[in-house]
Amino acid sequence: MNVLRRMLATGEGLAGLAMLSVLVAVALAAPLLAPGDPLAIRGDPLLRPFQEIAHPLGTDRLGRDVLSALIHGARTSLLVAVSAAAAALFIGITVGTIAGFLGGWVDEVLMRVAEAFQTVPAFLLTLALISVTGPRATTIVLGIAIGAWMQPARITRAEILSLRERDFVAAARVVGMRPLEIAFREVLPNALTPVVSLAAVIVAAAVLIEAALSFLGFGDPNRVTWGSMIAEGRTVLRRAPWLSIIPGIGLVLTVLAVHLTGRGIGHALRARRVVA
Amino acid sequence: MRRALALLRRRVLGVVPVFALVVLGAFLLLEAAPGDAVDAYLAGIGGGDAAQVASLRAEWGLDGGPLPRLIAYVSALLRLDLGWSSAFQRPVLEVVLERLPNTLLLMGMATLLALSLGSLLGIVCGARPGSLRDRALSLTAIAIYAMPGFWLGLVLIVAFSVELRWLPSGGIETVASGLSGLDRATDIARHLVLPVLSLGLVYMALYLRLMRDGMAELWSQDFVRAARARGMTGTRLALRHVARNALLPVVTMLGLQSAAMLGGSVVIESVFAIPGLGRLASEAVSRRDTPLLLGVVLLSAVVVMLVNMLVDLAYALLDPRVGSGTGGSGAGG
Repeated sequence: MNVLRRMLATGEGLAGLAMLSVLVAVALAAPLLAPGDPLAIRGDPLLRPFQEIAHPLGTDRLGRDVLSALIHGARTSLLVAVSAAAAALFIGITVGTIAGFLGGWVDEVLMRVAEAFQTVPAFLLTLALISVTGPRATTIVLGIAIGAWMQPARITRAEILSLRERDFVAAARVVGMRPLEIAFREVLPNALTPVVSLAAVIVAAAVLIEAALSFLGFGDPNRVTWGSMIAEGRTVLRRAPWLSIIPGIGLVLTVLAVHLTGRGIGHALRARRVVA
Repeated sequence: MRRALALLRRRVLGVVPVFALVVLGAFLLLEAAPGDAVDAYLAGIGGGDAAQVASLRAEWGLDGGPLPRLIAYVSALLRLDLGWSSAFQRPVLEVVLERLPNTLLLMGMATLLALSLGSLLGIVCGARPGSLRDRALSLTAIAIYAMPGFWLGLVLIVAFSVELRWLPSGGIETVASGLSGLDRATDIARHLVLPVLSLGLVYMALYLRLMRDGMAELWSQDFVRAARARGMTGTRLALRHVARNALLPVVTMLGLQSAAMLGGSVVIESVFAIPGLGRLASEAVSRRDTPLLLGVVLLSAVVVMLVNMLVDLAYALLDPRVGSGTGGSGAGG
């Protein structure tokens, strides 16, 4: 709770969390706010924003309501980004803990693998995975995670390395706990703080990667996403630029909210460390 | 100079196992993809009978188990044979090398823009942290950093190509313009302005923040106080002591971000219809050409490794402590 209060004390944290709460609320309430299929045709094509009350943000090339697509897009965007970040953190923390705690050749091999993954552009890795498995929501999530687990792995490893020679670890050894049990039950919980600050960065990056994928047409074709809305609007960019610009603003606000929240958390955690 | 060479040798040796792992990963993806090189080749030339398929598989070393196939793949790579592109009906290496210069040009210009503008504005912010100028610029940087590059590209197209009609909206040069020499260079430069801005501004924002935060922290360090005590003030202090030391993390980030920038150019090249490596990757995915995609992946890995080596060398030149084998005295110049 203390962390939350400290976080809200920074302007960045407050602004970020407020924006993020609104976005999450919109995403959760999407079926209530914009009932029905957002891909259904609702009116005349290419209505301008603020022209008709029934379609406050206008309609696209096929007469689909932009506002309801935008609302449902928030849902897809956040869902994919948060699951991808969770998967990336899970892989990264597991690899980092094993590498840091076991050390030796296991550490050497795992870190070389991480380096190899970092050598290939993450976006290309995701593309490669999707091209092999086809664009399904799960492979997109996994594809994004595959390109993002390396940094959490490195940071977890560094934390574990600094913790593993402490007295409480020696005590756990003395009572006969097995190495991996010590690593995951005793050491890992103490190493999590810096990794958690990284979560925001990964979520923000995942939002952008998902948007880029669906912009290129490699997203899940059965869902509305902001990226696919931008791609769709691009075909009429000269006549109706707002169709591409509006969903992009959604993306900017989402990434901004996540970034600011992350910076707020970072500030709060650092402040706590100084006090402690 | 000897120090730099020793560093380079160590880096080259370190890179070998990493690249071997990348190759192994590429092979696994190739195995997971439906169909093999023979299928792709025959699809292009209009099919063949079973005997021809079998003899081709044997000839290309594809008729054994996974291990012989891996050996065949690696030995082909060692002969610089990246396989056959079914989408282009040409060797993959030819296609990717043809596209590489455009991507390198785009990335190089974007890096130049991001690094120069980012560190310059970062110095402006970091010279007086907390000032109004600092806050305004930092906030702008955070907003730019949140923008998807491809969206920024579309916004720039709407503003500068559709509305103002100042700049072309796509392509790398005017098709069949017949231009040569300086005129052609100007033409390409005009085509590159918007893509370079779309790719580079995001990193500009990143470097600005890094430079600014670095400088803000350095102001309270002892060596800065010592310089102040010696009577050094103003611009001279900000530039020679604070900014110079804050530049090191920016240079490190430059190497770390080279992979991300190559990834970003996939989308930017698609937006601006630039025939580069990035657009080739998305073409390979939509035309189900896995060998071509993996060719792009391998070439990108090589580019990223080379960039990182260059960055390491630059770092060694900037920071005399790196690679000298002895711990230096503190920072400060």
